[in-house]
Amino acid sequence: MSLTPDQLRRIALLARIEVSDAEQRGVTERLNAVLGLIDQLQAVDTRGIEPMSHPLDGRLPVRQRLRADEVTEADRREAYQKGAPAAEKGLYLVPKVIE
Amino acid sequence: MAWEIVVGIESHTQLLTRSKMFSGAANAFGAAPNTQASAVDIALPGTLPVANLAAIEHAIRFGLAVQGRISARSVFARKNYFYPDLPKGYQISQYEIPIVQGGTVRFFVDKAEKSIRLTRAHLEEDAGKSLHENFTDLSGIDLNRAGTPLLEIVTEPELRGAKEAVAYARALHALVVWIGICDGNMQEGSFRCDANVSVRKIGDEELGTRCEIKNLNSFRFMEQAIEFEARRQIEILQDGGSIEQQTRLYDADRNETRPMRSKEDAQDYRYFPDPDLLPLVITEADIERIGASMPELPEQKRKRYAEKFDLPAYDVSLLTESREKANYFEQSLAAGFAAVTPKLAANWLNGEIASKMNDENLAFAALPVSPEGFAKLLSRVQDGTISQKAAKDVLTEMWAGQRDPDSVIAAKGLKQISDSGAIEKIVDEVLAANAKQVEDYRAGKEKAFNSLVGQVMKRSQGKANPAQVNETMRRKLAG
Amino acid sequence: MLNSTLSALGAALAAKQVSAVELTGLFLARIRALDGKLNAFITVDEEHSLAQARVADERRSHGAAGPLTGIPVAHKDIYCTRGLRTTCGSRMLAAYTSPYDAHVIERFDAAGAIQLGKTNMDEFAMGSSNETSHFGPVRNPWDTARVPGGSSGGSAAAVAARMAPAATGTDTGGSIRQPAALSGVSGLKPTYGVVSRYGMIAFASSLDQGGPLAKSAADLALLMNTMAGFDARDSTSLERPAEDYGRELNLNLAGLRIGLPKEYFGDGLEPDVRACVREATRWFEGQGAKMIEITLPNTALAVPVYYVIAPAEASSNLSRFDGVRYGHRAGEYADLAEMYRRTRAEGFGTEVKRRILIGTYVLSHGYYDAYYLQAQRARRLIAKDFAEAFARCDLIMGPTSPTTAFALGAKADDPVQMYLNDIFTIPAPLAGLPGLSIPCGFDATGLPVGLQIMGDYFAEAKMLGAAHRYQQATDWHLRAAREAPL
Repeated sequence: MSLTPDQLRRIALLARIEVSDAEQRGVTERLNAVLGLIDQLQAVDTRGIEPMSHPLDGRLPVRQRLRADEVTEADRREAYQKGAPAAEKGLYLVPKVIE
Repeated sequence: MAWEIVVGIESHTQLLTRSKMFSGAANAFGAAPNTQASAVDIALPGTLPVANLAAIEHAIRFGLAVQGRISARSVFARKNYFYPDLPKGYQISQYEIPIVQGGTVRFFVDKAEKSIRLTRAHLEEDAGKSLHENFTDLSGIDLNRAGTPLLEIVTEPELRGAKEAVAYARALHALVVWIGICDGNMQEGSFRCDANVSVRKIGDEELGTRCEIKNLNSFRFMEQAIEFEARRQIEILQDGGSIEQQTRLYDADRNETRPMRSKEDAQDYRYFPDPDLLPLVITEADIERIGASMPELPEQKRKRYAEKFDLPAYDVSLLTESREKANYFEQSLAAGFAAVTPKLAANWLNGEIASKMNDENLAFAALPVSPEGFAKLLSRVQDGTISQKAAKDVLTEMWAGQRDPDSVIAAKGLKQISDSGAIEKIVDEVLAANAKQVEDYRAGKEKAFNSLVGQVMKRSQGKANPAQVNETMRRKLAG
Repeated sequence: MLNSTLSALGAALAAKQVSAVELTGLFLARIRALDGKLNAFITVDEEHSLAQARVADERRSHGAAGPLTGIPVAHKDIYCTRGLRTTCGSRMLAAYTSPYDAHVIERFDAAGAIQLGKTNMDEFAMGSSNETSHFGPVRNPWDTARVPGGSSGGSAAAVAARMAPAATGTDTGGSIRQPAALSGVSGLKPTYGVVSRYGMIAFASSLDQGGPLAKSAADLALLMNTMAGFDARDSTSLERPAEDYGRELNLNLAGLRIGLPKEYFGDGLEPDVRACVREATRWFEGQGAKMIEITLPNTALAVPVYYVIAPAEASSNLSRFDGVRYGHRAGEYADLAEMYRRTRAEGFGTEVKRRILIGTYVLSHGYYDAYYLQAQRARRLIAKDFAEAFARCDLIMGPTSPTTAFALGAKADDPVQMYLNDIFTIPAPLAGLPGLSIPCGFDATGLPVGLQIMGDYFAEAKMLGAAHRYQQATDWHLRAAREAPL
């Protein structure tokens, strides 16, 4: 499986990571190498097998524990915003969001 | 060329909980920016989600209320996209296996009953808010709302037209408030709808390409938006064009919808089961326990009213718009005034009371007249003590704070004259004084009758029982 | 003292032979002397550590001391600490100070341990050589031209060089065990869910586990007694009765069934590695353990499965690093879209970006079924292999790594080569199983070789017991690293 420049552009966009024109070829090569590795999976017969999203899925019965509906967090805005790149009047500032 | 407007509604209901869906931060409206955003809500590195029991229980309540299937095992999934009000860069939602599947919502459109199937209802967390007002080239992000529990309720595309869609939305709104899972405050964003709108020629089997109008937070805007969008699509198709699938926003100032995201940005949410959360397992015992704690559902009440009180379905649907109204109705019947029939109480509640509440924008919980006072007033009408018209005046006084209808009747001298002797006397007097009118009536002029009745009413200062006056007058004129 | 066990240090503190302040000062001095050439630490704050040491001494004087009170512990810079910055080895968090402590850190603090510093690591835990750190590579104390292994390379090197008597790490595909093997120390990855992940910056959520590194299995047991345990803030944290991880240190080896997977002794092994590991397994046999040849037929699948699942989860976990609320933000951008793109291009290193792109790809529309779902199905096959194996044996043993420490830069150009080196450590996390690495010898050039011991779910005490018995009879684990003589 080889990535086309278009595909690379698309995943870079989805991942919000800038890949410059100069970097494109190198990045594509490396990614293709990894894809070559993971493509081995295509040959595996997994018919009838359920996907496993939790490691103890197969052996132990685990279910989501539910938290009692209580307010347990106090206002720590100052502490949380201390290292923020840009914050004013309690709001995080970003370039204008256009809908 | 007849067109059919096909609508599907996705409603986002904020669930009534103290804390957020996956964090212990407070879930109240209106706090100062970012004072209700915990480390988990801000997505600080290393933080993890833990699901809120009350939110799950609310979802189960909803599933029971619409007779949906409650999934024994459902999964939380990540919906990945970048937006400044989405701190993790993904929203925790449910994708392949939602907590509720199927279900039905019944409602009235213009006195006709309609039944809509739901596709599903699933749990997810709300995003924060972007504020643009006080900044020029910047937006301010407030994460107080980030992580608020939402139940997203999705219909099949079975709604036809804007009116029907809004009627459904109203019914759903009433239902989620009824069962106590949502406060229904649309100004605060507790209940928001997206409308999926497409058009097709009547008789066509295939659905047209749809556009999604997002974030409609008023019923009026919803109706206007759907109507505009349907017109827009019809015009395009009539001109020979085709509809581009889009996400659109409704601009209330201009009464139009416009595209929200550009084509290039077509989203790929890359859903996958959230590895930080385990499958949600719900047992029969859980469902039974929650079912037992639920109030009588609107459906059940409607059935009971229709059978027990023999009321028409439409009247019943109005009475059961909210739990408060239904309770008020039941309490007024139970107040002990035998003369108050269900039909009488229903008519007044759905008529006079409803219109007064509408004028003042009141909710039933804030009704200034007690059910007992209301019932007493109605019994005075029923037993002839006062006329319907006079009752309306008494009601106005009671609305302003007067508790006892009898005191108002006495104070304003509103008691009807129902004594047949007294009425006969006045009728005789009027007939005697208006020989010409009598002649005109006997000559066939019906208008003369009304004039004579009017004179009786005037002579009695409006207190004569109109029904009796009519009957007496007819009798005397005939004889 | 630099070579003492944790219990010996505890005893010395209790007997007032040394104070926490003195002990901490000893290790800080060692760091000053050696870390310049090893680069095992990203952050050391002497005043911060000594202040904690003073508190520990105070506690002891009030009779409120436990086994770890006053003992310095180095923490992988993936654990959030309020008092010290947490960088995750990345430019993205180079200036980040967490406003809260990780659960693991809270446990150590409650036990009175001293935060010795934050150790270097592969960026966001993605790597097996500690060469991807924004703060420069860590060097192996046995040969500073070689890698210590990764991603917990800093922690492994710190313990190996005796700059810290104990350290914490995390293991997703081998990141505790492999550096332990390459650096000649002992390291344990517990069963998934035993150590809380709250405050442990996420790489691959369904694989990550925190665990200890130290000089011996007995020390690991002591550290586990503090680190392990339920945390309500982590939904994947398991609620289980508390256990003493040292309860089986004197394990009776007679009759113990030890599985040797034939797939772990194939052609890719360096001959010296094979020899040392075989020697070790023969020792167990000599003690009465029964060696059983087993097969884990889907072993070869583990690497591709891992390199679908881990990047997929990572690509999502790292989306929060967007320059909006914390961490690095690009200096120049014209609009929001550019801010995102530049921030992430600048903040992340090459390997991290590569894995995010792979992860994004395997989750994307049209590829999800063929890659992600397929990998999650194959994962079950791997778990099944182990389930069948553990029906026939109590423990599984084999080499931790096919090679000893390789030269810095040797594999950096070929990511796939690097990935294939993880072949023996990747399977356990996929199944959520515990794994341990202890030193079992040296190759011809004097580089350490690691023996991996795997067990069934929650078999840590038994694994540590087998390791402890071995360490009582051997001294590989006591040798001082060449570049860090005592």
